Amino acid sequence: MIYNHILIRYGEISTKGQNRKKFVAQLRKNIVTALSAFQNIHVKYTRDRMYIHLNGENHEPIIERLQQIFGIQSFSLALKVENELEAIQEAALEAMKEFDIEGKTFKVSTRRAYKQFPLDTNELNYAVGSHVLRNTEHLQVNVKEPSVNVRVEVRSEATYITCFDYRGAGGLPVGTSGKAMLMLSGGIDSPVAGYLAMKRGLEIEAVHFYSPPFTSERSKQKVIDLTQKLTAYHEKVKLHIVPFTAVQQAIQKQIPENYTMTSTRRMMLRITDLIREKNESLAIVTGDSLGQVASQTVESMYAINEVTNTPILRPLVTMDKTEIVEIARKIDTHEISNRPYEDCCTIFTPSSPKTKPKREKINRYEQFYDFETLIQEAVNNVETLEMTASSATNTADNVEDLF
Amino acid sequence: MIYLDNSATTKPYNEVIQSFMKVATTYYGNPSSLHQFGVQAENLLSRSREQVAELLHVSSNEIIFTSGGTEGNNLAIKGVAMQYKSRGQHIITTNIEHDSVHEPFKQLEALGFNVTYVPVDSSGFVSPAAIESAMTDETILVSVMHVNNEIGTIQPIEEIGQILTNYSKVLFHVDHVQGIGKVPLSLADHKIDLCTLSGHKIHGLKGTGILYKRNGVQLHPLLSGGSQEMQHRSGTENVPGIVAFAKALRLTLEHAAQNQQKMQKIKAELVDKLSAHERITINTPAEHSAPHIINFTAQGIKGEVFVHALEEKGVFVSTTSACSSKRKKPSKTLLAIGKNYEEADQSIRLSLSGLNDYNEVTPIVNAIFTVIEDLKKVMR
Repeated sequence: MIYNHILIRYGEISTKGQNRKKFVAQLRKNIVTALSAFQNIHVKYTRDRMYIHLNGENHEPIIERLQQIFGIQSFSLALKVENELEAIQEAALEAMKEFDIEGKTFKVSTRRAYKQFPLDTNELNYAVGSHVLRNTEHLQVNVKEPSVNVRVEVRSEATYITCFDYRGAGGLPVGTSGKAMLMLSGGIDSPVAGYLAMKRGLEIEAVHFYSPPFTSERSKQKVIDLTQKLTAYHEKVKLHIVPFTAVQQAIQKQIPENYTMTSTRRMMLRITDLIREKNESLAIVTGDSLGQVASQTVESMYAINEVTNTPILRPLVTMDKTEIVEIARKIDTHEISNRPYEDCCTIFTPSSPKTKPKREKINRYEQFYDFETLIQEAVNNVETLEMTASSATNTADNVEDLF
Repeated sequence: MIYLDNSATTKPYNEVIQSFMKVATTYYGNPSSLHQFGVQAENLLSRSREQVAELLHVSSNEIIFTSGGTEGNNLAIKGVAMQYKSRGQHIITTNIEHDSVHEPFKQLEALGFNVTYVPVDSSGFVSPAAIESAMTDETILVSVMHVNNEIGTIQPIEEIGQILTNYSKVLFHVDHVQGIGKVPLSLADHKIDLCTLSGHKIHGLKGTGILYKRNGVQLHPLLSGGSQEMQHRSGTENVPGIVAFAKALRLTLEHAAQNQQKMQKIKAELVDKLSAHERITINTPAEHSAPHIINFTAQGIKGEVFVHALEEKGVFVSTTSACSSKRKKPSKTLLAIGKNYEEADQSIRLSLSGLNDYNEVTPIVNAIFTVIEDLKKVMR
């Protein structure tokens, strides 16, 4: 069966009223970018549907890719034919032939957006259904629970015939909710938080804290690889790598041990906030899940969050670890996150970090040292990598030709 | 010269040698070292693993790099036997396997395992039904080669795999060393649990190979120590060789369809011309045989003598498999398909690669016919 179109349904976008155009245009842009490798396809949209004209391209890899694009509720392989009964009957029959197996049932459901079509819905159902029945061997009609629902959509420009729906990734098109900075540690949680933020339409730039020689090139590579994974959902993801050694050393020297964790998080948040400002974004996303570690109690969050009033989005805040791991596996980051290298959060972990730190205390400890200068220095020396869906995961110098 | 011993080994591709040299001279760090130099080597290693996995349509954590076919076969067979012996001690293979499968079975037999060596029919094919009827409650492993190295028969791996889906306790190992790049086989299907490949049979380097191990299968390691290769194969990884393997596999598979066609054409022509000679009997079956192997018996002429006589004419071939020819044993496979000792001793194997050319057919045939003429005067 050779399909010539893919029909895409928007889902949540359709409730967007006045802004709908903006959402649809962004979705089209994301789809076009994601499918740029398929040069023959053409993407067209109307108010409530998008159509990919395949122009002979193989639909299988395109389907795989579409399933990762947020803002798509569902999509179907479709046959586009002219608004003529005979053409519609033939196409429906062609599509049903592969289901012509003992025990399979079907029904035809017509939607007639183009009211001028000479046959009404019931007549068309009957005409198409009986044509399929007459020309197949095993198929039977079952209007209540058919194995295949042949949908015939008559629109003014053409009629589309679809038999099978693929579920889309849901959510909103990435980019329609603005941009946020994702604090990406290399653990299991933060990539999942990034994924969920993207699902709500946020474009993401990742911020990672790197503390050589305490953390290694391998832990940095891990974060690069994780960022690479996130490009499956949006073509480009920037990764800002912050040199954090000097700040961490100053904290170790200056802050009482049980408060070092709180202070470290505050410094990270301040640095992230400055990078956010530089990159014209309006929110920060973290992988915090309530109660999971000392820094994720409400008391800790209260003490840490004091340094900024930028919205901090915590998509995982109510999730259990098992739920988070499940998503991490689904988005293929779990295995990378499990690589056993120290990161800046684990390297100086105090033996008993305060789970209920006090704002007054941490403010007092921090005031005796000029952290501001160190923070500025860190921000000034940020290394920014731009990962794209097609960029290789390997950062070693030109090794392409070796393979 | 015309090289027709590609089932013994192939000429490495130039691109493969270049990769090997560059990695050996520039990225010589130990992938297990913590420093940047080690990281580079480790990156090359994981890139290789990913590339190999992608080419074979499996996951990267299912790829174990080995030193070649012999190690892969040994690791698969002994690894499974040792790991799962508490589930049963019966293992099954065929009587035409390469020695690197046959001998591990012999060793396991000596250790108390029960082995069934399933015979092949007179054309050299193993019957899936025979495998099934050999199965007992104690069976834990079936090992069958994909393409026979001596006469080129293609075994019904798909059907055997299908049968094995009914035996959840039994693991399935396939020696795919002669098949890869010549006869397509999907590792992810057919219930294949383990599959061996070798680098130097596909224009890579000697001392490189992989064992595919399906996720979930446990193996008792042959080499223990530094826990490399997910604990399955300790020892510092041969990074230059591994990168070279990944490249050789890519080039081989990229050109596979085209090369298969080419070899098929050369093979058909050779079979056609050679079989016209009164003294020649083709031992390779016409149907279900690989495009690169032609085995024939030249009546009255010892294989070894034939090899040397052809060598003088610049044509390089072998008797049986290269590995057993030095031990002066006649082809095990030919004996198994019912040839007598003399016929087996008088057999020659021509094995092609994509580097052979159709223009070589005439000189090959001429050389063979001339040698037969020359030798039949002195041998009887």
